[in-house]
Amino acid sequence: MSVQVLLPGVLAALAGGEKHVHLEPAGDTLADLLDALAAEHPMLARRIRDETGQVRRFVNVYVDGDDVRFEGGLATKVRDGAEVQVLPSVAGG
Amino acid sequence: MTDLLAIGTRKGLWLARSDDDRRTWTLDGPHLLAQEVAAVSIDTRLPAPRVLAGIQYGHWGPTVMWSDDLGTTWQESEHGAIRFPEDTGAALARVWQLRPDSADRPGVVWAGCEPHSLWRSTDGGCSFDLVRGLHDHPHRPTWEPGGGGGAVHTVLPDPASDRITIAMSTGGVYVSEDGGEKWEPRNRGITVVFGPDPLPEYGQCVHKVAIDASGPDRMYAQNHFGVFRTDDAGVSWSSIAGGLPVDFGFPIVSSPTTPGTAWVVPLVADMQRVPLDGRLRVHRTRDAGETWTELGEGLPDDAWVAVMRDAFCSDAGDPTGIYVGTRDGCVYASNDEGDSFTLVADHLPDVLTVKAATLP
Repeated sequence: MSVQVLLPGVLAALAGGEKHVHLEPAGDTLADLLDALAAEHPMLARRIRDETGQVRRFVNVYVDGDDVRFEGGLATKVRDGAEVQVLPSVAGG
Repeated sequence: MTDLLAIGTRKGLWLARSDDDRRTWTLDGPHLLAQEVAAVSIDTRLPAPRVLAGIQYGHWGPTVMWSDDLGTTWQESEHGAIRFPEDTGAALARVWQLRPDSADRPGVVWAGCEPHSLWRSTDGGCSFDLVRGLHDHPHRPTWEPGGGGGAVHTVLPDPASDRITIAMSTGGVYVSEDGGEKWEPRNRGITVVFGPDPLPEYGQCVHKVAIDASGPDRMYAQNHFGVFRTDDAGVSWSSIAGGLPVDFGFPIVSSPTTPGTAWVVPLVADMQRVPLDGRLRVHRTRDAGETWTELGEGLPDDAWVAVMRDAFCSDAGDPTGIYVGTRDGCVYASNDEGDSFTLVADHLPDVLTVKAATLP
């Protein structure tokens, strides 16, 4: 299966300057997708997840427009052809 | 000869240089803009000085970065220099201290982190291993977070032995005599005001510890209320706050060359974390805390600001230089052991850490 990950500009440099990353994960969950991302771009992947595998508190991930926090979290299903968007949350000062 | 002052702030790192024996400074930065730099060190043991920074990307998590060209370029380990092993179930929250070991231990760098943990690098800070002896200590689950989070914020390796002294908020002072395998609390005499037992075995909120120039057994501690000294490597502590106007504050700094000399920055109290009457002042002892002298030439009045626990440091110069960074983004330097100060920087983000070194 093929999935497109959309990155915010501040993370694009960690994916070779690309804001769109195409991945072919081994499984159909968000965890599988982020594992595939870590294999290709480890520095980018740890901006999104900490070493326990959890998505960082102020990072939002949307699968086909749905916030995974209100779906299945890392177990959220990711279909073939899905679009997964990573965005920083509104936080800071 | 060039002196370098690294200034870590809530939103980036600045480097100040002096080529005239620390009288005037040129500010260079920001480096690592928009990233919180809570820990910084300048490792002069390498052919090119290495600036190590413990950063927090904000949204994107913490890590360690380093520059071998004084901030022109920065590097980080692909998988992160500090990562909790999988079996711990923990995740790094913040790097609070980076401490290169002695010249006799090239490559060894210590890191104190949140959650409470101590880390050791043997490759100059590119990668660290968790010090399991501390992580597995039976007290660890009962260490509480202070206001800044639960962290090892002070790491003091003894260059002449395998002793390592650490301080934690909260948790107190712990010492290992075998390089980090076994640890014991050494807080006897350090009081707490936030629990029913004023003299617990551990759990103190020690804000900073500094080793006296006379040797590793004499140390000073600025506590969450109380300033203390030990002459027996922390086995017992006694108050040295009698000559201070108040005993609350965050940092304490010693001279690396002049025995008995140390400095504090008193604040009114934990519920009023500002200098007395808004006058930013440093207090110096020349007799290991028996007496203190207020110093303020070049420091501001009407400065309702705190100085954080790592935003105060000394250098190895002669006479000792001391450096004060404030939460309103000012940095003051003294090249005469605190007799007078000059402004190095102002209008920076709030200063979290300062570290000084003379470049080889």
